[in-house]
Amino acid sequence: MTAFERFTDAFFNTEVLATYWPVIAKGVVVTCQLAAAVVVCGIAMGMALAIVRSYRFKAINFLIVCFADILRALPPLVLILLLYFGLPNVGFNLSGFLAVWLVLTLVLAAFTEEIVWAGILSVNKGQWQAARSTGLSFTQTLIYVILPQAVRLTVPPLTNRTIAITKNTALGTVVGVGEILNEATTAQAFSGNASPLMLGAIAYVMLFVPIVYFGRWIENRFAWKRA
Amino acid sequence: MSYGMLEVLKGIDLSVAQRELVFIIGPSGSGKSTLLRCCNRLEDPNAGTIIVDGDEVTARRVDLNKLRQRIGMVFQQFNLYPHLTARANVTLALRKVRGLSRRDADETADAALDRVGLIDKAQSYPAELSGGQQQRVAIARALALEPKIMLFDEPTSALDPELVGDVLTVMRELKDAGMTMLVVSHEMRFARSAADRVIFMDKGVIVEEGPPTRLFKRPKQKRTRDFLRQVEH
Amino acid sequence: MEQFLTQFFNVSLMLEAWPIVSRGLLMTLLLCVVVVPLGFAGGLMVALLGTVEHRWVRWPLVVYVDFFRAIPPLVLLIVIHSGLPFAGIRFSPFASVCLAFFLNNSAYYGEILRAGIDSIGKGQVDAARSTGLNALQAQIYVVLPQAIRNVLPDLVSNTVEVVKLTSLASVVAFHELLYSAEMARSITYNASPIVMAAGLYILMLWPVVRMLSRFEHRISS
Repeated sequence: MTAFERFTDAFFNTEVLATYWPVIAKGVVVTCQLAAAVVVCGIAMGMALAIVRSYRFKAINFLIVCFADILRALPPLVLILLLYFGLPNVGFNLSGFLAVWLVLTLVLAAFTEEIVWAGILSVNKGQWQAARSTGLSFTQTLIYVILPQAVRLTVPPLTNRTIAITKNTALGTVVGVGEILNEATTAQAFSGNASPLMLGAIAYVMLFVPIVYFGRWIENRFAWKRA
Repeated sequence: MSYGMLEVLKGIDLSVAQRELVFIIGPSGSGKSTLLRCCNRLEDPNAGTIIVDGDEVTARRVDLNKLRQRIGMVFQQFNLYPHLTARANVTLALRKVRGLSRRDADETADAALDRVGLIDKAQSYPAELSGGQQQRVAIARALALEPKIMLFDEPTSALDPELVGDVLTVMRELKDAGMTMLVVSHEMRFARSAADRVIFMDKGVIVEEGPPTRLFKRPKQKRTRDFLRQVEH
Repeated sequence: MEQFLTQFFNVSLMLEAWPIVSRGLLMTLLLCVVVVPLGFAGGLMVALLGTVEHRWVRWPLVVYVDFFRAIPPLVLLIVIHSGLPFAGIRFSPFASVCLAFFLNNSAYYGEILRAGIDSIGKGQVDAARSTGLNALQAQIYVVLPQAIRNVLPDLVSNTVEVVKLTSLASVVAFHELLYSAEMARSITYNASPIVMAAGLYILMLWPVVRMLSRFEHRISS
């Protein structure tokens, strides 16, 4: 065997790939489900928190800030292990999928809250005054005048943050979630061949390259709009 | 209307008759804008009473949002909503506060835009309009709610000189149509020709007031004279 | 409630685990001291190469940056640590982590620095070149100092992410903070060591996170 043949045999072995690609495909589905659940719930929760925060109740805002700070300062893997291994001992059995979903949702919510809140603050004060002067209530002003402008400012940073957090679905492998990486490493162990892992890596790249491009497109588009 | 406030504004007692155009002048920081903002309680006076159209604005239990519809306000920086078209800027309060249907709101808005001469810009976004056009849309936004009184907070100060005329023309037409107006501005020539009464404020108090011809020609107070001399140069 | 406390906040267990966990903390700090400067240097290289207009520089760079921005760092780490041995290339856990972080971070820091460079007007380069500085000198002495200041919050926030990401090293059995805490947990069957590790992360990163928020809000308001 030449060096090249040895290389392809180890990393792109067609036989191994033919056996294991369905498992990886199953992993892709799980990764997508997990990612979608995290994105929807995390952004919704973060927006809700930012809206609540704009009412400026002292005690509630203190709690929101604490939540956002802690979730932004902690590595998600620490929280995942804490929930996954810690909770069963006090009577809650949490599946790996739920643990990862919960942690990533909370982390995304924390970042979303901070980004949207910064966006709300950045809207000119005159907008509040103009809207209030026509009789719109605080909540109406927030919904119809402030948030549409705030969200526009937050789209680029929010997109980038969402992509970064979505990639963390790979952490599911540590607590046995059957996502791409987990299926790939398991298949690698069974087959004694690196091809499934390569296939998994390629699956990730194929999933995320379009999203990274989408993020960059959003960034350029909104940067242009603001100018 | 009568006022009476502490701190920024002190012992101000002012009433504006229906259809009257009261013009407020004074150096910056004299409390002119604060006075206007108190009228619709964008700023809360900590003492005193303000009555607009028979209702006490400063009462503790008052439906401010309902009241504010009857008090139109125009800002120095226009404060148009940049994410909405000119028409949508006008219809927002009509639909969400007044509860008009989309069609009725559009009709009312178009009438208001027509009054300020901008019906052909109804679909434009604020960024596509000149400063003078933006300010006229802002006037239409206030006007559409059929206010009993309009507050103008330095409406032409942020405009290029050649754009001031259009805005003043609209204001003049409003006056002629019988609108009650309270105007803070530095446009002395407009004051001379349109105002019923001019008030000079300094350091939170009313120093002097009177009809424009008298106040501009023969100011009684030294502070008024000094200010007018500064402005004229 | 008491069960909850003993399970998550068992102080005597934490004290018992402290020798192991503190060694992990030290390794985490060591890892940061290595991977942050390394990644930043890689990012500088990526950003500076990005100013070259030549397409044989530009396209490979775009592919490099997008590839490493798209692949989750954990996947990269595992490919390096347990995939490459199939090609006869074996790295220690520490080396694997350093390599994975270098590839990932240089793409991220590179993107941030590129945005910073883009934010500086062309006039600055023209002015610098007109006084006789060459292209690289103009970047290093004139553009980069301004660019870095413009994107400082993004650089700091990315660095926070890098420190958090060092916890991934536990997956390839590098004895850093999380690995040590997890080891202590598996011996004691008690989550308190992980809570302690969480506390240490918060202690390290919370001040930075707070500062970033402050800074962001000051800019916007």
